[in-house]
Amino acid sequence: MTDMVLQIDGKEVTATAGMTVLKAAQQAGISIPTLCHHEKLEDYGGCRLCMVEVESRGRTNYVVSCLYPVETGLVVRTRSEKVDKIRRVIIEELMARAPDAPELLRLAHEYGADRNRFEKEASFCILCGLCVRYCDEVKHKCAVGFIEHGHVREISFIPEIAAKECWRCQECFAICPTSYAQAAYLLTEALAFPGQRKKASAEAKRMANIPAVPVTFVKRPPASKPEMAR
Amino acid sequence: MPRLQTSAELEALRAKILAGRDPARPSIAVCGGAACDGLDSAAVAAALAAEIKNQGAGAKIDFRVTGCHGFCNKGPNVLVGPDDVCYFEVKPEDASEVITSALKGEVVDRLVYRDPASGEKAVHMSEVPFYKHQMRILTGDIPRIDPTRITDYIAIGGYSALAKALSQMSSDQVLQEVKKANLRGRGGGGFPAGLKWETTKNAPEKTKYVIVNGHEGESAAFMDRAMLTGNPHRVLEGLIIGGYAIGAQQGYIYTRHDSPSMAKHITAALEQARELGLLGKNILGSGFDFDVELHFDVGIFVSGESSALMRSIEGNPPEPRPKYIRTSVSGIWDKPSNLNNVETWANVPEIINRGADWYTSIGSEKSKGTKLVSLSGHVVNSGVVEVPMGTPLRTIVFDIGGGVPEGKAPKAIHFGGAMGGSIPIDLIDAPLDFDGMAKLGAPIGAGGLLLMNEDTDMVEIARYLLDFLVKESCGKCVPCREGMYQMLKILTNIIEGKGRKFDLERLADLTEVTSLGSLCALGKTSSDPLKSMLRYFKSEFEERIAAGSQTT
Repeated sequence: MTDMVLQIDGKEVTATAGMTVLKAAQQAGISIPTLCHHEKLEDYGGCRLCMVEVESRGRTNYVVSCLYPVETGLVVRTRSEKVDKIRRVIIEELMARAPDAPELLRLAHEYGADRNRFEKEASFCILCGLCVRYCDEVKHKCAVGFIEHGHVREISFIPEIAAKECWRCQECFAICPTSYAQAAYLLTEALAFPGQRKKASAEAKRMANIPAVPVTFVKRPPASKPEMAR
Repeated sequence: MPRLQTSAELEALRAKILAGRDPARPSIAVCGGAACDGLDSAAVAAALAAEIKNQGAGAKIDFRVTGCHGFCNKGPNVLVGPDDVCYFEVKPEDASEVITSALKGEVVDRLVYRDPASGEKAVHMSEVPFYKHQMRILTGDIPRIDPTRITDYIAIGGYSALAKALSQMSSDQVLQEVKKANLRGRGGGGFPAGLKWETTKNAPEKTKYVIVNGHEGESAAFMDRAMLTGNPHRVLEGLIIGGYAIGAQQGYIYTRHDSPSMAKHITAALEQARELGLLGKNILGSGFDFDVELHFDVGIFVSGESSALMRSIEGNPPEPRPKYIRTSVSGIWDKPSNLNNVETWANVPEIINRGADWYTSIGSEKSKGTKLVSLSGHVVNSGVVEVPMGTPLRTIVFDIGGGVPEGKAPKAIHFGGAMGGSIPIDLIDAPLDFDGMAKLGAPIGAGGLLLMNEDTDMVEIARYLLDFLVKESCGKCVPCREGMYQMLKILTNIIEGKGRKFDLERLADLTEVTSLGSLCALGKTSSDPLKSMLRYFKSEFEERIAAGSQTT
């Protein structure tokens, strides 16, 4: 892999070709705020909070650092008046949706965003897609997906899959920046398959408590694809 | 029909078709374009066909249903050859008179054009003001051909540019000719098509694609549909030539699923071209293999965005791709994919046939050739218009469009569809030119010209256009999804008399961040109409806000 030298906030940074500006900055200890980025997931570019100012071949552009590839001689500014303004307005727009999300409150404080700037229509979800993409790309279950498009878009758990899969996973709850994933799941459970999670976990506990009896273990070849686990 | 093996065989076929036709014989061309179809031109066509049969004139007169003639609000349009007599607002009961007089070489006086102001008559197409001021290089052939018959297209010289490219030019020469012609993309941005072709041509991957973007999802844009429905072979010929120049093996025509006649005509065109060997293996004996597939959209505006369109062809949801790499380098299935608009492709055969020097003699300094414009709004004559680039908007609005109806004064011109911009009427002498219009804040974009009269409420127009875009946003990125939604809320509040004094400041921030921060071209340009209205009509917004705060 070829190494490339670029400049981020006045600091010389070495990165490998194909790396994103965000990754290069993180490696150099320079922090850029993100909401939809997760290192285990494919880069998404949805929240646009990681936008930075880049100067390349004499032109200044505003790009999202989580997708923009590094290049030699690139000059990156992670904070500027314009960058801060873009982030502030994005945070203000999102606070109309999730006014009390701790992550947004922290960012609002940092960027001087006014949480009451835009008319509120709280849906408690900022549609970062972390839960949807994590369930698909990491867990290969697709128990939660997007429905609709535009401003009426929302996440939705698919009861048939969620009833089988979610009780023992729930990993998306922890990565959700607003806790809405958990709320959406619990609502789906209450409506579509009430009590099943408790029953299933009690059953799991019971199985765990059965005194061990001698069992002959047969070594099975590992499943070749994660889908096989279904 | 047998497969054509060489260019000479194509010329022989053309000669044979022409030998069977008498240019002096009367002909009837009924417009079957979208607008005329809506006015039941099918009934007119049926009545005319029945009348020809009745009078036993089948051998004495040619009859065809064609694509859009252009003059939409005067439909159903009927054009009578060989002298191009134009009849407007024709009804089925006019059939016998039309046929009888066509056979005698006479004119049905009551069906010809009369100037609404002076009452002056205009009999022939070249005299009707709507057509007189146009230069119909791309659309002029539409009334002359039945789009479902490849023989009609071949009769007017069709596929001669393809034969020329394949037999006399190298792929590099074709590319150089297009570059020299300075053909700029008609899809909106005006990016030089030749440069885009070159990028795809030079991309290292062997598999390459060329694509016709025939999505045209904008409100008040209908010229690509007219072109593709009325003369699909012209677009197809351009695409094959482009495929040859670029080195692509496969082409796609991506278009709307909700336009049945367009789908029918394209399907027929592809089948007939394949039958004649103008598509498939070893086209005209040149060794060039190329085929084209027709692909339909899924009924969402953003599928016209280049990367979303390519994802759609792959079979994925049409969401714009978030990568900083051009689709001309990495498009469909990550292969180099050259996408051009319907109108851009339609220009290609003309450039190859008549040369770049001829092409660059038309148009303004930096925008060459002609431009199709969908003319609508508060205008006397509406329809599909084709004028040389650089034509002043005044010519389109007054000479072709006939000005504003009901004696009202014009107020503004909205250009470029839902993502375009509005300019005040005092800028009406601005030339139709990619760079000039963009500078004014009303980029050519989708090519729709919407004229607005003095009674138009600009705040309401801004709200209306935003409402369309809000519904069409895919919802992936925040500035487009939330930003536009907030703009819409603010505008709705202003209209309902609930505007507040800092609304304009909020709108300025929202438009700025949405255009800088959005992921794709839809988001980036979605606030253009509002920006142009805040630039030229700010006082209307201020007055509405002030009036609202008095009442509350």
